[in-house]
Amino acid sequence: MIRRAVPPLLALVALLATWEGLARALRIPSYLLPPPSAVASAGAADAAALLAAAVTTAKAALLGFGMSAAVGTLGAVVLASSRTLERALYPYTVFLQTVPIVAVAPLLVLWFGAGLRAVAMSAFIVSVFPVIANTLAGVRGVDPALRDLFRLYGAGRLATLVKLELPAALPSVVTGLRVASGLAVIGAIVGEFVAGFSEGGAGLGILVLSSYRQLRTDLLFAAVLCASTLGLGLFGAVSLAGSRLLRRWHPSEIHR
Amino acid sequence: MAMPLPSGLPSADDDASADPRGGGVRVRVSGVRRIFPGGTVAIDGLDLDVAAGSFVALLGPSGCGKSTLLRIIAGLDRPEAGTIELEPEAADGAAAQGGRAPIAYVFQDAHLLPWRSVLDNTALPLELAGAGAAERRATARAALEHVGLADAAARYPAELSGGMRMRVSLARALVTRPRLLLLDEPFAALDELTRGRLDDQLRALWAELSMTVLFVTHSITEAAYLAERTVVLSARPARVVLDHVLDLPRARGGALRAEPSFAREVRVLLAALERGGG
Repeated sequence: MIRRAVPPLLALVALLATWEGLARALRIPSYLLPPPSAVASAGAADAAALLAAAVTTAKAALLGFGMSAAVGTLGAVVLASSRTLERALYPYTVFLQTVPIVAVAPLLVLWFGAGLRAVAMSAFIVSVFPVIANTLAGVRGVDPALRDLFRLYGAGRLATLVKLELPAALPSVVTGLRVASGLAVIGAIVGEFVAGFSEGGAGLGILVLSSYRQLRTDLLFAAVLCASTLGLGLFGAVSLAGSRLLRRWHPSEIHR
Repeated sequence: MAMPLPSGLPSADDDASADPRGGGVRVRVSGVRRIFPGGTVAIDGLDLDVAAGSFVALLGPSGCGKSTLLRIIAGLDRPEAGTIELEPEAADGAAAQGGRAPIAYVFQDAHLLPWRSVLDNTALPLELAGAGAAERRATARAALEHVGLADAAARYPAELSGGMRMRVSLARALVTRPRLLLLDEPFAALDELTRGRLDDQLRALWAELSMTVLFVTHSITEAAYLAERTVVLSARPARVVLDHVLDLPRARGGALRAEPSFAREVRVLLAALERGGG
């Protein structure tokens, strides 16, 4: 575990050192590319603001992710219940994937008002499709022989769903949720660009915008770093919870 | 090597008193035709009459439609023409009278639910039929004892060998005390030794539990060793090339495979298989 962490850490140190060295040697203006040391000190100086912004964004991202998890799995189960329904509606779920969120965000503000709800909706729209697509693939991919077995023993729709389809689809659902967790943070940040508001704590997206307007590139970098860390953290948490869940559940995880 | 058969599952004797309709069902297949959506004729007008309580092997080349026939008998596939009759007539679904499901099916692979323990996998048919937790645990345990896996009840499918998984699959099929047991090349993926053991076990189970057994295989020796009667099917579309009652003792054992009578039966089946264009 530790040995595996060494190469990427060394690469990171080398990258930061090169960046620091070049920024100083070439005298690159700090508003264009601040050296890592400047980013670090800006981060330390504005730690409280960054943390507050991260909390705001995290709330919206988690809310959006939660909605994706619930609506995505339930929606996929409903779609999977009937071929006709799937044919009729699935193409429009792809629409969620292709909709340019920046273009829709003003609508979200109109409907939900600026702030948490609109930002969470943006996170939801960006992250729900992978959950639907993966859950659907998982349910569709259930071993046909097992379906036959359930039929032979007279299992009803509900029993087949609860005892066969959902557990069998669990690895796919977890994959969908992992993808969605990273996307939810991106969706929240992008949402904040348009729909975030400053009163009562601005999110990281707002902080990125305001540092850009003030040419405080060091703080901008620190905010971007915070956003990435937030996405990584959520992704890590979902991955960990997922493999915990699957270990009890599935052979594909037992021998890892 | 036949496994000892501890009591627990009701045997043929208990059953006669509990269930006046007796053990196995008679299966009558008349004029069954099955054409796949692509236009391939899998079965064209097949007749077959399987006596109640008999052990019949369906032998045929791979892809000849014998699995399709088994699925049609199980009600998992619908023929374009023809009828399947089970006598005494099976009640609807699994909730047959006396808690006894009419049909059990064993697939080519074990097809267990990987997230369930061996015991819960075995109890699945009872669970789907709505049996109480205590009853289904006890019955599932008895079924596992029957296949020699009582010690593995708490383990998970991924921790078992292929042969053990197949035995769990067999226990799952037996747990409802079926009147008709359908097996679709169940041991084909196993090594020779394991397969021989499971063959013996299946014979012993058939002798003890009163049921009709229909066993699909493409192995001539397995068909000769297991069954009382072997029906040889032709290449697609499947038709009956030979319907043959094997002239072998009822008690089978490893030594039988070396007997001249066994070799003679194998030759008869082989000749029929060749006539059928395998």
